[in-house]
Amino acid sequence: MQKKYSWYSLLKAGLNDQDWDQAIPLIQPKSKYDVIIIGAGGHGLATAYYLAKECGINNVAVVEKGYIGGGNTGRNTTIIRSNYLRDEASSLYEHALKLWEGISEDLNFNVMFSQRGVYNLGHSLQNMRDIERRVNANILNGVDAVVVDANEIKQQIPIINTSKNARYPIMGASYQARGGVARHDGIAWGFARAASMLGVDIIQDCEVIDIEVEEGRVKGVKTTKGEILADRIGCVSAGHSSVLAKMAGLRLPIESHPLQAFVSEAMKPVLHTVVMSNAVHGYISQSDKGDLVIGAGIDGYNSYAQRGSTKIVEHAAAAILELFPIFSRVRMNRQWGGIVDVCPDACPIISPTKVEGLYFNCGWGTGGFKATPGSGNVFAHTIAQDKQHPLAEPFHINRFTTGGLIDEHGAAGVAH
Amino acid sequence: MLLIHCPYCKESRDQSEFSPAGEAFIARPKSPEGISDEEWADYVFYRTNHKGNHWEQWVHTNGCRKYFLVERSTISHQILQVAPFGARNSETEL
Repeated sequence: MQKKYSWYSLLKAGLNDQDWDQAIPLIQPKSKYDVIIIGAGGHGLATAYYLAKECGINNVAVVEKGYIGGGNTGRNTTIIRSNYLRDEASSLYEHALKLWEGISEDLNFNVMFSQRGVYNLGHSLQNMRDIERRVNANILNGVDAVVVDANEIKQQIPIINTSKNARYPIMGASYQARGGVARHDGIAWGFARAASMLGVDIIQDCEVIDIEVEEGRVKGVKTTKGEILADRIGCVSAGHSSVLAKMAGLRLPIESHPLQAFVSEAMKPVLHTVVMSNAVHGYISQSDKGDLVIGAGIDGYNSYAQRGSTKIVEHAAAAILELFPIFSRVRMNRQWGGIVDVCPDACPIISPTKVEGLYFNCGWGTGGFKATPGSGNVFAHTIAQDKQHPLAEPFHINRFTTGGLIDEHGAAGVAH
Repeated sequence: MLLIHCPYCKESRDQSEFSPAGEAFIARPKSPEGISDEEWADYVFYRTNHKGNHWEQWVHTNGCRKYFLVERSTISHQILQVAPFGARNSETEL
């Protein structure tokens, strides 16, 4: 039986040296559910949680081919912000950021959400014009944002190189104080535990091998743990979305690319905030454990291999050293890649499909982590009501046919 | 890092000389005025995004600057074959 976490339960378990309760039970699937969610990453688990909590649908299974949060949820650089340019995008990400602000209490699980601020640097006059435009758009949309100049950046981050002699001198930045980072597996485990306490079955090591469609309606899935039936299925499988779509006879406007990140060995606190630069293309923060978390760009070719090329590592390292020469002798500890699902307009697809009862939440590309609670929230409502949540409406897959694209490429200080 | 054989230069060179240029065999519609919005969307935005052996285009950016075709596994990254344009098409390969 799962119990609520509290300081008392922590103290009691610590003093008694007792075994901790399992956060989520290991279970076998039932033969039928109301809703199946494919993919137990942050977005999938959040969807299940909000289905149970806000939509009154508790008979939900989340099937996962690996373990929870083992895909992109556990592979990203955990940066959270909502300072997007377009109204549609900033509303969605701001919805997510507001949920982040109360999520630890809501889930009774510390996701270590830390609002340490996010700087998006500008290195040219055009960068600064874009930043001012974006900050003004943010303010009109009720998103906190300010423009700061190079001197203010230097005051806040003394180790940053603001020399005018730099190859790409820092001229200023946008700053979102409410942005920050969170613990990546914290959010997966928090949602998983909270969802399972509401009756959701989380089934790991259960790969979907086929999606059964009958007369244009979804019927269920064939998995490595047998057939599971459901009238409604939500696919939240990031890099493998095209693979699932193919099972249902669909195509998506998505390509899968590797996105890399790496961390250094742990060291004493040196960087208290998040610094991103679109122009030199690197982003960096220091985790609570002390390691520098550095993000790179995507490889240009398609891949499902969860590893990137050394060219990108070199590029990201060069970008970081341009900003922080002090890190030139920091030793890197681990490097890895995740497979991101990139949409032509760099915005997600949260949408029903031509197959009745089959919904996709994908195309988050390089920036999905920050949206985790918001994504799950609007997707849950979209599935429950068979009607898109108002915030999800602009993200219908039809936009690629109608031309209603939401052009966020480069507009959002990019590098996610 | 990939080692790519350019079918024009007839040499295997480091990946850093090349740039990927997307899925191969996407033909522009023959009668652009006569097709529906769905067909346009399929041509412009929709992709196969195949998991497995996949035909794609590369350009020898820092070499002969020509485009050519590569069949590569998107799981292992192994390059199976390269070909100049015209030597393969969607009818022979898909």
